Amino acid sequence: MLSLYDAELSSRLLLGTARYPSPAVLAEAVNRSGAEIVTVSLRRETAGGKMGGAFFELIRQLAVHVLPNTAGCHSASEAILTAKMAREVFGTDWIKLEVIGHHDSLQPDVFELVEAARILCAEGFCVFPYTTDDLVVGEKLVSVGCQVLMPWCSPIGSAAGPRNPSALAAMRSAFPDIPLIVDAGIGRPSHAATVMEFGYDAVLLNTAVAVAGDPPAMAEAFGKAIEAGRLAYLSGMLEPRDMAVPSTPVVGKGVFA
Amino acid sequence: MELIINGETQVCEAATLAELLHVLEYEGDWLATAVNGDLVHREDRAGHRLDDGDRIEILSPMQGG
Repeated sequence: MLSLYDAELSSRLLLGTARYPSPAVLAEAVNRSGAEIVTVSLRRETAGGKMGGAFFELIRQLAVHVLPNTAGCHSASEAILTAKMAREVFGTDWIKLEVIGHHDSLQPDVFELVEAARILCAEGFCVFPYTTDDLVVGEKLVSVGCQVLMPWCSPIGSAAGPRNPSALAAMRSAFPDIPLIVDAGIGRPSHAATVMEFGYDAVLLNTAVAVAGDPPAMAEAFGKAIEAGRLAYLSGMLEPRDMAVPSTPVVGKGVFA
Repeated sequence: MELIINGETQVCEAATLAELLHVLEYEGDWLATAVNGDLVHREDRAGHRLDDGDRIEILSPMQGG
């Protein structure tokens, strides 16, 4: 089981809810993936609340944990207000804290992130910080009260997969008791399996499922890949080496010449 | 009076935030509101008086990742 704040979870996949071709496809993808946590956002709307209401009802019917996000925020103050508004709407202390610092890479502004996390943790929020793979930032986030870290493996939506495996491995070693969730950059089930083989606790992704040709099937593929990667990590993997090693015993082989 | 509602300037005579939501035909319990950068809880909207130039944000759940 995976423990994230006050929740015990069977699934190690967290799914975003954006960019699906229809609400029905979103619902089917969540169901087939086995995900027990979905991320949602808050936005201005002009339809008198009706669009948001319909979406909210869909999410309620999924009967999963809701992880609201502060996507698009560029300062601590903006993210803090968004988090408070999300708590008002969704009735949860959970918040996926995003504070974007760079326009092109959507890299987190880690200075504003730590400050926002400090204030939100002090106000009782369960903060899931979207961060870089920087150990020092991770330590700061833990020191202000974050009980989960969510490093990127490559830029949001890039589908580039783990670009810096050694940094992700270093994070795993540095935070053996903190749940680590790779958030952002996962493009393929093999990417998800790879980071799970590194010993990560879970994977959060959205676009790779939502824009797939068959999102529910891809969601299921990710669910299986994550399970496979986790099982492999727990099973103890063979370390790679440069030279061949025969897998069949040499002793007792027939002599034909 | 002029209010800036979700980034757009509108002329509106609502006295309170709750009245403004009614006038604008917002409905449902899934809305979050802020005035001038501060959250206004659902239960406080009826007592929150609006002033000329107030910046009001009305947000609701949307798809996100």
